[in-house]
Amino acid sequence: MTTAVSILPSQQLAALNLAYRKAAARRRLRFTIALVLFFAALVVAAVGAEVNLRTFFTHFSNFVSYFGRILSLDNGAWVWTDPAEWFWGWHKWLRLLGETILISYVGTLIGAILAFVLNFFAAENTSPAPWLRFAMRRLLEFARTVPGIVFALIFVIAFGLGPMAGVLAVAIHSTGALGKLFSEIVENADMRPVEGVRSTGAGWIACMRFAVLPQVIAGYASYTLLRFEINVREASVMGFVGAGGIGQELVVAIRKFYYSDVSAILVTIIVTVFIIDIATGWLRGRLLGKESRP
Amino acid sequence: MNPVQPPDLEQLRARHPDIFARPAAARLATPLVAACAFGIFVFGLVDLDFSPARLLSGLRQLGWITLMMIPPDPGSSLPLYLKALGETLSIALLGTTLAALMALPISLFAAKNVVRSNVVRFPVRRFLDSIRGVDTLIWALVWINVVGLGPFAGVLAIAVSDFGAFGKLFSEAIEAADRRQVEGVRASGGSALHEIRFGLMPQVLPVIAGQVLYFIESNTRSATIIGIVGAGGIGLQLAEQIRVLEWQKVSFLVLMILIAVAAIDWISGKLRFAIIGRRAVA
Repeated sequence: MTTAVSILPSQQLAALNLAYRKAAARRRLRFTIALVLFFAALVVAAVGAEVNLRTFFTHFSNFVSYFGRILSLDNGAWVWTDPAEWFWGWHKWLRLLGETILISYVGTLIGAILAFVLNFFAAENTSPAPWLRFAMRRLLEFARTVPGIVFALIFVIAFGLGPMAGVLAVAIHSTGALGKLFSEIVENADMRPVEGVRSTGAGWIACMRFAVLPQVIAGYASYTLLRFEINVREASVMGFVGAGGIGQELVVAIRKFYYSDVSAILVTIIVTVFIIDIATGWLRGRLLGKESRP
Repeated sequence: MNPVQPPDLEQLRARHPDIFARPAAARLATPLVAACAFGIFVFGLVDLDFSPARLLSGLRQLGWITLMMIPPDPGSSLPLYLKALGETLSIALLGTTLAALMALPISLFAAKNVVRSNVVRFPVRRFLDSIRGVDTLIWALVWINVVGLGPFAGVLAIAVSDFGAFGKLFSEAIEAADRRQVEGVRASGGSALHEIRFGLMPQVLPVIAGQVLYFIESNTRSATIIGIVGAGGIGLQLAEQIRVLEWQKVSFLVLMILIAVAAIDWISGKLRFAIIGRRAVA
């Protein structure tokens, strides 16, 4: 089969070619400049972060052998040859793991309730006054930008060592993160039901309760479950600063070079996180239906 | 105007039996779940020693601490703090870049449309999952054992823990790519590498660039905390000042972190829009 390919007169073609080359060259120049700037930033960062390739290469064998060490028992055998010896502390570790999950559960719930109360003030379409919205947004931003573990450090000093500080730190951080997500859901809600409820003479609270809430509640539940999952991870390191949970055991094991304990605790944490990931994923799927999952 | 007709209740009842008489199980489900959730909550409060007395005295203490934080004041260590902040930003930038560079080739092996065989994909995915399951702080502790205290350990910790996250995100981006471009390259006689380079990468790279920028931003936050275990940056200063109860310095450091994070947010938001356009930003 033959097809006619129309060829433009050479004059016209030359002009088009020139324009194309110019555009391509401009793009290439911009790309090169961006790349050079990026590399410059990397070099500056490398100096700033005291990157030392010599230490890295001389000690890299340590990193590899570290895994060898945490995967072998005191008598030199691999850990999986003797699970009873490897998980010798499972009784204590499971209790601490339960504490970790409980910390994140209670913290997430407190955070979700606070976020639920505050988010209507932070959302653009439901906030009663602009100044209130502004203040609420800054408050939520503050709560989620300061890392949870910094709150934990401060709370450990105020409330004493123990899981209480961990719970409060998780709760504050969750309030900030969930408050923002919740208010975004509310901003996407349909406002016509609100007008309908208002036309019956209802006040602000009734509007929120009967017009907004039914639209957003499933999204709230889904985000809260997602947050719970994240908080389990976070609670597993709260113990590093003395705020309860399994992190305390882990940091002791790492600092004191109880090698096989490190791997045993890590394995229990990872398995727990997997199970919770799968369980909350399943719950969210049931709650929202597959296609509307965030 | 028509007079309002009274509704034909009998007929409605017959048509929607579920609405008029919901089965007991459906009516009880929500309160039961709520009661269970509340029960666990109360159990948790008791088990984690939430006594009102302790809460109250802690809150009073917290009030004192807050009062002592005002006004924020760096004392004479402002240059030190600025240097620490620079260190934190360096850690975030370098760690994220390293993670992205390592994750790109690996993510190809985890993508369904590049590697067909389950035998390769499954272990790669589980490997990435396990790396992600371990928190950045734990990786920081491991790297401190290897290269010693300091920001370099922080860079490596962020690089490793983000490697897991990037591997997953990149492979998802690759799986979402359009198959037709790849087929076009193959039709013109390209090899497997050509398919990836000319068929896949042009579609995937802008998405990946957006994700990397977003991670640099969120890693600025992570980098502020890995200092708490000794891996350099502003977190180290923060943890020290909290431990010695220098509250004015603490509030100054927190303020610095907030401003730095806001600035990075703003810059990376601009860059992301420039790279992939406003709508495509997730």
